[in-house]
Amino acid sequence: MSDVIYDVKDLRLSFPDMSRKPILGPAPRIEILKGLTFQIPKGEVLGIVGGSGSGKSTLGRALIRLIEPDSGQIDFEGTDITHMGEDDLRPLRRRFQMIFQDPLSSLNPRRRVGGIIAGPLRLQGLEGIDARVNEALDMVGLPRSFASRYPHELSGGQRQRVGIARAIALRPDFILADEIVSGLDVSSQAQVLNLLEELVRELGLTLAFISHDLSVIRRLCSRILVLYQGEIVENAATADLFAAPTAPYTQELLSAIPLPDPDQVWV
Amino acid sequence: MRDTRGHTRKPGLRLWLSGGWITVLVLAALLAPWISPHDPLAQDLFAGRMPPFWQAGADPNYLLGTDSLGRDVLSRILHGARLALTVALIAGVLTCLIGATLGLIAGYYGGWADLVISRLVDIWMAFPPVLFAILLIAVLGTGMTSIIIAIVVIDWTRFARVIRAEAMSQSKMDYVASAQVVGRSRLGTALTEILPNVLPTIVALLTLEMGIAVIVEAILSFVNLSISTDAPTWGGMIAEGRTSVHQAWWVLVFPLVALFLTVLSFSQLGEGLKDHFDPVLR
Ligand SMILES: Nc1ncnc2c1ncn2[C@@H]1O[C@H](COP(=O)(O)OP(=O)(O)OP(=O)(O)O)[C@@H](O)[C@H]1O
Ligand SMILES: [Mg+2]
Repeated sequence: MSDVIYDVKDLRLSFPDMSRKPILGPAPRIEILKGLTFQIPKGEVLGIVGGSGSGKSTLGRALIRLIEPDSGQIDFEGTDITHMGEDDLRPLRRRFQMIFQDPLSSLNPRRRVGGIIAGPLRLQGLEGIDARVNEALDMVGLPRSFASRYPHELSGGQRQRVGIARAIALRPDFILADEIVSGLDVSSQAQVLNLLEELVRELGLTLAFISHDLSVIRRLCSRILVLYQGEIVENAATADLFAAPTAPYTQELLSAIPLPDPDQVWV
Repeated sequence: MRDTRGHTRKPGLRLWLSGGWITVLVLAALLAPWISPHDPLAQDLFAGRMPPFWQAGADPNYLLGTDSLGRDVLSRILHGARLALTVALIAGVLTCLIGATLGLIAGYYGGWADLVISRLVDIWMAFPPVLFAILLIAVLGTGMTSIIIAIVVIDWTRFARVIRAEAMSQSKMDYVASAQVVGRSRLGTALTEILPNVLPTIVALLTLEMGIAVIVEAILSFVNLSISTDAPTWGGMIAEGRTSVHQAWWVLVFPLVALFLTVLSFSQLGEGLKDHFDPVLR
């Protein structure tokens, strides 16, 4: 096995455009991902940035095969999962997990926290479920007593921790985090990011972190993928990207974030 | 925004009142043969049109009076409750099972299943329901089974429509995607993730449907298309009472009140249960 967890080649994905669908016949398709090629080495924290609608979530969801690409190839640890059926994917699913943006929507309102974390474990046929649930709660810093609460009885930051607990309880190799702090206030954001950083280190996770916020990405990620209208315009180590952005779009992005500047002149 | 964390709602007054009336009715229906003071079919032409107990000339044996054939109104109402609730229960549950299943399939699976089921519902709803019912009974013949079949055949669309919309909005929630991320099957997701979230709506619709079944049965009895002319149905009693309302108002009014309270209670019970058992803010 190589040290690359994801190997993506010429990935293309389109959605039918229902607004321009003729009365008869299929709807025309809009290309969302236009031939992406990149790799994610094991243990890397990859930041994915780009404007709204640039295809970040679509790319993420293709990686964990929530949607099927049109063409190209996605290899997960050497296995081609591009067009794999749901039954074949099931045993692999334990190994790539996702944390969602809106925890209120991603946690079933009718299940208790314990059930939310235990469900996937049971489904994947793991042993010692209760112990694993407790361990996951410990790892995300929630009291074990929270297992008997409903999601609506938690704060936003606590809910997001439940989302994280559900993902890590399966001990995956890869986690996709899609804008997971954008719904939180600044102090919960910092706490959740610290937690994530810690977990990545402790569990040796590979993480793909989608965000609008370059300052968050800069802090967390070792490498950055910049998407612009469904194409990769830059793929560089974080330090390099901030020191010398090559793509015009990246330069634009960087100039838009307020960086602390000691030599700032007040006009 | 209201903070309802850790907040448990007390069952409201309407839940108590409607639940209370339905309980009384269920007991009456179950015990009718034992608690009825008279045989509901027994005629006594010498005791015709006796007024209820508080009026002059009443016979204390006939608490709510008698109709023009001398049959005891109270006993007929109690036995009528039996017929009404039987129809309500069987028709309500069958309608619910068929309609909710189709609605869940259409809303969650989408695609072809949705296209077919939605078209079917549209076409179905183009028929005026009362005419449809009368037509069906004319074809099937009168009797309790025909009434139940008519209700189910006509009203499954109510469940299908509402549950489809609800299942569709639930399917867009991320918890459904999250079930897929951990490898739960489509069917498993429908049953263990979506169904519990649409259950309060199903329960509310089910009780509403039971109320509707009671009315439909009464309407069909009223136009003489129901169980049989002598069987003590509320609709039949109302039809008979109407003809002699000036001489014996009680023959009309008591079954009408029973019908009204029952239908009202069913619809209020549904709403009340939905509020009470929904732990989630909407
Ligand atoms: N199921 C779908 N059907 C049709 N079009 C879709 C679908 N999902 C996404 N799109 C379109 O694909 C494009 C990319 O969407 P995507 O969600 O990947 O963007 P994003 O980069 O995550 O944006 P944001 O930062 O706003 O989350 C958008 O134009 C969107 O309208
Ligand atoms: Mg997105």
